[in-house]
Amino acid sequence: MTIPVRLRVNNAPRQHDIEPRVLLVHYLRDVCGLTGTHVGCETGICGACTVLVDGKAVKSCTVFAVQADGSEITTIEGLAANGVMHPVQQGFWECHGLQCGYCTPGMIMAAVHLLTKQKAPTRGQIASGLRGNLCRCTGYTHIIDAVSYAASHATEAAHV
Amino acid sequence: MSDATPYIGRAMKRVEDPRLIQGLGTYTDDLRLAGLLHACILRSPHAHARIRRIETSAAKAIPGVVAVFTGADVNDSCGAVPCAAAIPDLKAPRHTVLAGDRVYFVGHAVAVAVATDPYIACDAIDEIEVDYDPLPAVVNAMEALKSGSALTHPDMGANVAFTHVVNGGSDIDAAFRNADRIIKHRLYHQRLTPMPIEPRAVVASYHRGEGTLTLWTSTQIPHLLRTLLPNMLGIPETKLRIVAPEVGGGFGAKLNVYAEEALCAHLAMRLSAPVKWVESRRENAASTIHGRDQIGDYEVAVKNDGRILGLKATSVADLGAYLQLLTPAVPTLTGLVLTGCYKIPAIRFEVVGVYTNKMATDAYRGAGRPEATYLIERLMDVVANELKIDRLDLRLKHFPAPGDFPFATSCGVTYDSGNYQGTLAKAKQLADWDALMADRKAARAAGKLFGVGVSTYVEICAMGPSKAMPAGGWEWGCVRMEISAKVTVITGVTPHGQGQETSFAQIVADRLGVPIEDVAVLKGDTNVAHYGRDTYGSRGTAVGGTAIVMSVDKVIKKAKTLAAHLFETLDDYVVFENGKFKAPGITAREIAWSELAAEAYLAKNLPAGFEPGLEASSFFEPENFTFPFGTHICAVEVDRDTGEVAITKYVAVDDCGNQINPLLVEGQVQGGIAHAIGQALFEQTIYDENGQLLTGEFMDYAIPRATDIPEYTLGSTVTPSPVNPLGVKGVGEAGTIGATPAIANAVIDALTPLGVVHLDLPMTPERIWRAMQTRTVATV
Ligand code: FES
Ligand code: FES
Repeated sequence: MTIPVRLRVNNAPRQHDIEPRVLLVHYLRDVCGLTGTHVGCETGICGACTVLVDGKAVKSCTVFAVQADGSEITTIEGLAANGVMHPVQQGFWECHGLQCGYCTPGMIMAAVHLLTKQKAPTRGQIASGLRGNLCRCTGYTHIIDAVSYAASHATEAAHV
Repeated sequence: MSDATPYIGRAMKRVEDPRLIQGLGTYTDDLRLAGLLHACILRSPHAHARIRRIETSAAKAIPGVVAVFTGADVNDSCGAVPCAAAIPDLKAPRHTVLAGDRVYFVGHAVAVAVATDPYIACDAIDEIEVDYDPLPAVVNAMEALKSGSALTHPDMGANVAFTHVVNGGSDIDAAFRNADRIIKHRLYHQRLTPMPIEPRAVVASYHRGEGTLTLWTSTQIPHLLRTLLPNMLGIPETKLRIVAPEVGGGFGAKLNVYAEEALCAHLAMRLSAPVKWVESRRENAASTIHGRDQIGDYEVAVKNDGRILGLKATSVADLGAYLQLLTPAVPTLTGLVLTGCYKIPAIRFEVVGVYTNKMATDAYRGAGRPEATYLIERLMDVVANELKIDRLDLRLKHFPAPGDFPFATSCGVTYDSGNYQGTLAKAKQLADWDALMADRKAARAAGKLFGVGVSTYVEICAMGPSKAMPAGGWEWGCVRMEISAKVTVITGVTPHGQGQETSFAQIVADRLGVPIEDVAVLKGDTNVAHYGRDTYGSRGTAVGGTAIVMSVDKVIKKAKTLAAHLFETLDDYVVFENGKFKAPGITAREIAWSELAAEAYLAKNLPAGFEPGLEASSFFEPENFTFPFGTHICAVEVDRDTGEVAITKYVAVDDCGNQINPLLVEGQVQGGIAHAIGQALFEQTIYDENGQLLTGEFMDYAIPRATDIPEYTLGSTVTPSPVNPLGVKGVGEAGTIGATPAIANAVIDALTPLGVVHLDLPMTPERIWRAMQTRTVATV
């Protein structure tokens, strides 16, 4: 059994017939070919699969693709605008906010959402905002640096 | 360019990052191959059981299922999983890729289903019926040693795998006879789960025409796999290509030859189709190696003035059910740095390796050295407390002087260089030690549980001299000045987050005098990096980087010969500076790489006997390990009501020799300390009394989150290593090794007013709370 799904991914319309049991993360990776969104646990803990659904950070392993019908999704691949990296991406690069890079796409998407809610978060607020995303490499300090950097370098540019 | 500031020593952002922060990195699970099949593995829910029967017909009947295999189908044609550690009289069970007629731990692979879709492969394993006859499980290594204990492997007749004894330095019995006191202590180094955020993943593809097998795998060791898999697969090394694409964290967990790697290769050959297997988190917790798990009884022979005469350690290492690649070697490493950074004239170290019905332990970040460091640093505090000596004075009293290096220890190794007094002094200064002691006094007066912990550590890095390494400890590297004057660097180490695409480019760009953008570092594919011994044991830069330096120098030497020919002079008159060849006093002409490289490859005007091209490769064999060291100081406050620990100050001063890229060094230190915070305060792999794994998910196994990390004050000193031309020591494991005892010592110090003298790791709120309750009752 399949169910038709229409949504927008990184500003492009998508339409597919999908088995209802397919997780959004698998739809994005396997059907859309957007493998930048990672899977670290499939149980909603690690946050490696975080994407923006209608502008909000969502762990895409906790949602069936059919539940995302009608929504607007942004993945890590869609974050840079016109070839210019998002300030959060820039911050991760400047501050060595990643080592293996596996948690990074989810971490960046979670941080992007955080910065839409809090323009100038304290380090503590950033840490709390990223509690749902696990990183085993960096020890988080440089990630917090990266998000602080992004907050202070964010322009009014037409980023997400 | 090198006439500006050198790249080495600069905090440079990484060349790896743009692809990774834009979702454009290719990890193993991201590979898409035509006709790809997906494997899913059925695993044992029992710690120990006999398999009476396996019924696979229902699974095979599911549309989309291509094959279902059990041990009976594959174990005869696929060889056993190897262990590379050479320990005398080691008793080892045969480790087949799938279980035979018994399962020996929860997570033991029993059957595999292959299907056109991963969801269907999972459906298939749900339809496999296994009739198990549960047997008594061995779950406690100490109990396993008692006579009458159940047996992990009944056919082996005993649970002991090996006994390893080292007697080092002067006469240990004399040391204990001459002691004023003997201080005894038992310490447990808990079992840990490495938990890289990327679980393991494998894709295997067999080319029937060529007879070649390509295996993409999330591994730290593509080269060791290429050496070891031929025996399992019956394919010669020459037909085997192993690729480690982006690897999402290793920490030792991916320093192994796993059954699933051979199994996928076997399936791809057998089914004539590429096969992918991706580990779930639950599988990662149950079936990827664990770390640590040593319990020990330690005795220190001391004089009343604080002199330590000798140290005896008797420990038991819980190996789990099977030997993975280095399982028995890891606990023996503890014996190599047992004395830490102290002059302790006599030691005796005995470790017994014991089989239990659990996942194998193996090398997890630090591997053997965290165990040693934790025990010696806890013991230093215990001795200081018992003798009422200041703990820093006790440490200082036993440090070798900077002039004592190279310093031969009673453990049988020679520390390359060090200045332990220097890191301690700097850490005290950064921590504002006197103020910190005043804070502690004030906090205690106000009824707070405030403690300060110190650890002064030394560790073994840059693994290592081949004599000491089971599979050889050299490293290979190649440097090619291309015809376009761009530079290709190929390394045999396999970084997976450490950033050597950047730091090696820094090294090469400086030496060749070219812009760093012109240098590309290749790695991780055995068809590209032909030789290598890979990344583990903090060896990447110290050993791998040196092979690169040797190769660059050969390229420059060869280039000088060509330049001399073009200048019509002798090699000796040619000077190479800032990326240009000159012959001062002979000609004003300068030759840049662009011109020289073109000459070398177009080969129209070469000196007699000169081989075209500008490429060189080298094997570097290190003469010794390196021994980074440092001092960590940690202040904590323990909540009297909840037992929660808040780290209020953390100072780390690490000395890893010269630093190629301080930003990357900082990242390694911070990441390492985070592992130590986990180990000291939250993490523990727990099996229940039946051998059920209780920590099988991130839900139950608490790795640190962003809110668990304190603000650090990080510093460093630089004592170059004399063992390699870069003077580097390695820093991948330092944080993990140095920080755990600092935190543990701080928590115990905080609880001292309550009379608590020791707590086992991890010092969870519950454990601390319980200790506070009994103490309060006892003192009321
Ligand atoms: S994969 Fe979704 S939270 Fe871990
Ligand atoms: S960078 Fe490796 S898990 Fe975060």
